Amino acid sequence: MGMMKKRKREAGEIPTASMADIAFLLLIFFLVTTTIDVDTGIGMVLPPKLEEDVDPPPIKERNVLKILVNETGLVLVEDQPSSVRLIRDEVKKHILNEGVDPRYAETASRALVSIKTARETPYDAYVGVLDEVWMAYFEMWDAEARKLGFVDYAAYASTVSSADGENQIREKIKAAISIAEPDKQ
Amino acid sequence: MASSHFKKKTSTKQEIPTASLPDIIFMLLIFFMVTTVLRETTVQVRTMLPQAEALTKIDQKRLVSYVYIGPKKLDGNRLGDTGVQIDDAVVEDLGNVRTIMYRKLIEQPKLIVSLKVDQTSEMGIVLDVQQEFREAGTLRINYSSRREVVL
Repeated sequence: MGMMKKRKREAGEIPTASMADIAFLLLIFFLVTTTIDVDTGIGMVLPPKLEEDVDPPPIKERNVLKILVNETGLVLVEDQPSSVRLIRDEVKKHILNEGVDPRYAETASRALVSIKTARETPYDAYVGVLDEVWMAYFEMWDAEARKLGFVDYAAYASTVSSADGENQIREKIKAAISIAEPDKQ
Repeated sequence: MASSHFKKKTSTKQEIPTASLPDIIFMLLIFFMVTTVLRETTVQVRTMLPQAEALTKIDQKRLVSYVYIGPKKLDGNRLGDTGVQIDDAVVEDLGNVRTIMYRKLIEQPKLIVSLKVDQTSEMGIVLDVQQEFREAGTLRINYSSRREVVL
């Protein structure tokens, strides 16, 4: 009788001492294979495909800031030799001009920045220029948000919904960057 | 009497309870299992990403599809001419990019295409691929870049 009781108890137990070790092995596998880093980059929205026989809307010459990046990574802004470091201020001057200087834009909402490259332009030169243009926009948005009493633009953006027209700063200073096709050789 | 009392106290405080250890480990395990994305493609082109400052994060990984552009990796650490890779295969004819991207757009209407382009690649091929994206209607793109190291 006593013998039977003992055997029953023995069969009921599963050894759990190694459980932590098994879990550790699995944990280490997932630790090694995990990539938590999210993809970061410069976001763009391409213009939709043009309908045939429809001309693109007319844009005034003065509202476009033309930036050209050539094969060796040298930069022309409005046909004048410039450098990547000067682009940020040029873009700000152009957009915040409000009709003062005839070389720059009429209003911030009509301003446009056009980036043109050659087919042989290295990709990092293009990204460098695009980065500076975006930084100009980011800094202008931050400045606008500070005028409204926020720490920065991100703090302002978290208070408004993403619906159209809600974001006043983005309505005032629209990010309008166009990527021009290179000239045909 | 006093000494025996002392002894008893020390012996009870000696051990750390280990019964909950597997549970803690399992919690960690489940966290990593949920966050893990196993790399499903082998990249056949070299993509040394450019550096940039004006970066935005893409939080929704489900929406993202990757397109790799860079010099093809050949045997013995040599690099070939520039290739475009989507998913597992290098696309030989750029005209096929349109159909591939169009199918992806139907599957995921909010598709974001992340371009992982090697910094030495020329703009010509990037612009050609972008032109194909416009034809396909995949207009939201992202120039994948690393954070600039400010010295």
